[in-house]
Amino acid sequence: MSVNKQVDLDVVRELEEKAWKIRRDLVTFVYRIGKAGHLGGELSLVDMAVALYYRYMKYDPGNPKWEDRDRLILSKGHCAETLYTIYADLGMYTMDYLVDHFESLDTAVFSMHPNRKYIPAIEASTGSLGHGLSLAVGLALGARMSQAKWRVFCIVGDGELQEGSCWEALMAAGHYQLGNLVVIVDKNGLQMSGKTSETVTIDPLDDKMRAFGFDVIEIRDGNNMREVCEALDMLPEPEPVARRRPICIISNTVKGAGVSFMENVVGWHAGQLNKEKWEEALKSIDENRKVRS
Amino acid sequence: MPQPANVTLNFDQILSSAREVYGAELMKMADEGMEFAFLCSDNVAPSSTVGKFMAKYPDRCFNVGIAEANQVGISAGLALSGRVVFAQVFGPFLPLRAADQIHADIAYNDVPVRLIGTHAGVTSGGGPTHNVIADLALYRAIPNLTILCPADANQCAKAVRQSMTLPGPMIIRIARGAEPDVYADQNYDFQIGKSICITEGKDVTIIGTGSAVYWSLMAAKELEKDGISAQVIDMHTIKPLDVEAVLEAARETGMIVTVEDHSIHGGLGGAVAEVVAEHGVPCRVKRIGLPDEFAVLGDPDEVYAYYGMNPEGIANTIRGLLKQ
Repeated sequence: MSVNKQVDLDVVRELEEKAWKIRRDLVTFVYRIGKAGHLGGELSLVDMAVALYYRYMKYDPGNPKWEDRDRLILSKGHCAETLYTIYADLGMYTMDYLVDHFESLDTAVFSMHPNRKYIPAIEASTGSLGHGLSLAVGLALGARMSQAKWRVFCIVGDGELQEGSCWEALMAAGHYQLGNLVVIVDKNGLQMSGKTSETVTIDPLDDKMRAFGFDVIEIRDGNNMREVCEALDMLPEPEPVARRRPICIISNTVKGAGVSFMENVVGWHAGQLNKEKWEEALKSIDENRKVRS
Repeated sequence: MPQPANVTLNFDQILSSAREVYGAELMKMADEGMEFAFLCSDNVAPSSTVGKFMAKYPDRCFNVGIAEANQVGISAGLALSGRVVFAQVFGPFLPLRAADQIHADIAYNDVPVRLIGTHAGVTSGGGPTHNVIADLALYRAIPNLTILCPADANQCAKAVRQSMTLPGPMIIRIARGAEPDVYADQNYDFQIGKSICITEGKDVTIIGTGSAVYWSLMAAKELEKDGISAQVIDMHTIKPLDVEAVLEAARETGMIVTVEDHSIHGGLGGAVAEVVAEHGVPCRVKRIGLPDEFAVLGDPDEVYAYYGMNPEGIANTIRGLLKQ
């Protein structure tokens, strides 16, 4: 699919500012809970998640169960803290509430992996990799049954695509020609123990996705808000009934993006922040803040 | 003494197929205007009642191909879109192939999916790859699941209809499709979670589930010839288990024999034994089912006879226990 360059730069600037704030809030949240977050993958995801929640998803934070909303399934559920931070920024919770209700036993709302029972904005409880795509296919078929014009976004990690269950679901999505489904691969190139390409490669991913029946939009730099917006601007209106190839956005990102000492460092797949590291992270986020003229 | 339910039993070998009968029920329910989706995985014949239902209601039916884990995940997604979902899955490839999806997608998300697992126990034939012997053990340990093993085909249809009123996920475990009817008259009270005492007796209680209810009934009939009075309970719901009925049987008869087409580990027998032991009721519990080995190769009836699961085997076990 060809790229539309007519992106609104004011929108891009606004979203970049938001992404900068979300990164600060995210590392602060992880520091305050005093537990390991999956910061590498959470940071690589920030720009896409911000673009979706603040601009491209049909969404009302005041009414997270609004019937006509777009649905987002976070298949890489271990990166839920990015979403929690966004929910707080959207006014659904305060940061203090997030911290006080994180894995706090009988008062808990939030956990490393998201639970839809406690968080209305979470469409599906996830955490076990390789599940989100089947759930998303089911949701998209449900929208087709209801002839509902909402869209289903499903965010998967690139390492996650090593799970065979993903490919069963992708095969079904291609077969059913789900014109209301958008799969987003947060392709940060690393997994827990090393490079995805050196573990078991998922490439050539674009060819594989096309062979499975998808149209592919590739973002060269998924941590560049302008490129993210250019890609999301290309999405056609969701088509619930008529058969149309589902869309896969391959977003090439950097694990740990925005915090220089975490970028492309395998060890920051998951980790805790002490006060010193937290302050260093905030400083780095500020230094890496995009200022677009 | 527990009072037997008001039921009319069928002692003749009238065989029915749960798949056929529940398929006809699905058609009726759809014709009545009930909203639900249905999925299969290359396991529904077009000529079957389920196949005819799928042909009549194509917009709500999906054949996802030979991909049971994906079938369970898609079912959960469909349920998340706000509807009840029935999914017929070839039993041998449901509990273990899709265990993670049952656990995470169906149970943890707590969605109204009814997984209808066919070919329970050894009914498929064809050897251990096609036996379903560990499913109840798995399901019992997963929160939120309601587990049903209908005693016969018509009871399966009752369960399918009644399931429309329940919010959470459910397993409906059925046999291959030529099993004897237990109930001659369908006008009896069936409630998920409430067992049915089908014959009264004072010497022993036989608790059966699924097809084993009929075997238990036949065993009781045979024991009657020896003057042994056996109470038979249809434990169609494995979870939540009808604990009160088990305890009452334990107190009244002092001996419980469980019968199931499943490993003796972790299924009905395990559940009953746990209840009896934890409540400290003095009662002998004997589990009849498949032992801890991959089953011998043979037709289902031969396998049941080999392991003493058929009426004769059950009766012999009980005679032996009563002599001790």
